[in-house]
Amino acid sequence: MPYITFIIISLTVFWLLLSGFWDNGLLLALGAVSVALVGYLTWQIERQHPTMLSTRILLLLPVFLVWLIGEIIKANIDVLKRIWFSGRYPVEPIMKSLPMSQKGALGKTIYANAITLTPGTVSVDVVGDRVLVHAVSAEGIAGLEEGEMDRRVTALEGKTT
Amino acid sequence: MEQVVDILSWLLLLAGSFLGISGAIGLFRFPDFYSRVHAASVTDTLCALLIISGLVLQAGFTLITVKLIIVLLFLWYTSPVASHALVKAAHYHGLKPLLSDSNEDEVKEEEVSSKS
Amino acid sequence: MMFAVTAVAIMVIMALALIRAFMGPSVYDRILAVNMFGTKTVLFIAVLGFFAGRPDFLDIAMVYALINFIGVIAVLKFVERIAEEESADVDGKEN
Repeated sequence: MPYITFIIISLTVFWLLLSGFWDNGLLLALGAVSVALVGYLTWQIERQHPTMLSTRILLLLPVFLVWLIGEIIKANIDVLKRIWFSGRYPVEPIMKSLPMSQKGALGKTIYANAITLTPGTVSVDVVGDRVLVHAVSAEGIAGLEEGEMDRRVTALEGKTT
Repeated sequence: MEQVVDILSWLLLLAGSFLGISGAIGLFRFPDFYSRVHAASVTDTLCALLIISGLVLQAGFTLITVKLIIVLLFLWYTSPVASHALVKAAHYHGLKPLLSDSNEDEVKEEEVSSKS
Repeated sequence: MMFAVTAVAIMVIMALALIRAFMGPSVYDRILAVNMFGTKTVLFIAVLGFFAGRPDFLDIAMVYALINFIGVIAVLKFVERIAEEESADVDGKEN
């Protein structure tokens, strides 16, 4: 049961950080009840829809997030140029379906969400192994076609069965 | 030392405000709905990051910082899901994107092949 | 002082988003603008908490972020169902 242990620990930490009262008996008891309730519900959901959350993703996610923030800053500057200097950097919307190399649903979700979170590109639809992307310019699509984000998410996902 | 932190958080807050206003202006300057989503996502990502980091510098190492980071995480987890749901709904109900000419035929072919 | 400037800037952003929500033209533009208005409200509440010296406001900001997300998804579901019913009606008339 590594998954349910992880849920219980993280929910407890979450409650303690949010409430800020660490020595009030009533509040701690209420927190324990909420954690037990949410843990039970999560366990029931997990039994019916297994997510195969691996510790590998949890450990590697911070590295990916730091890289993603760098990408987001670059993409933001690009969209800013298109807002203020629309003469020199015109808006040329483009829509294209790109291949994605992730196998599991979680990997696909992370990839599509990373595309959407980066300004200038939005994932419109995911069909099978392809994602339909709308971009504000051809460069955004070219950057995705290069495939660094795809590779990184696939590495994050690792081998799922 | 304290003044350096103050100036830094000033700069972060001002940059965040500037980015937000640029995104809001982009909401008017961009030609169609699908491009406006990109303008809105500027304000959802970097603007929020800069303003929250400016506040974090003011708060220092306290529980408030933790809460600020949780707010930022909530925003960053929910905003791509919301914009994806929005764009997908618009696409399915036939709101046509404004595309550059060379791209138009490609998308049509794509749609035909995905439906057959 | 700096919090006041930031709060005013965020209010300007919210006003622009509202104008876009009134202008439309499509219902999706309106939802996009309202979603942006909501996320800016979260930032506004956070900045206001620092401005008033009451960081407890952050809890409200957190809850608002989640409610805003659920609200946008709910409105989207609603709009989607109406669009489906309308297209079903059109199909029925054509046949």
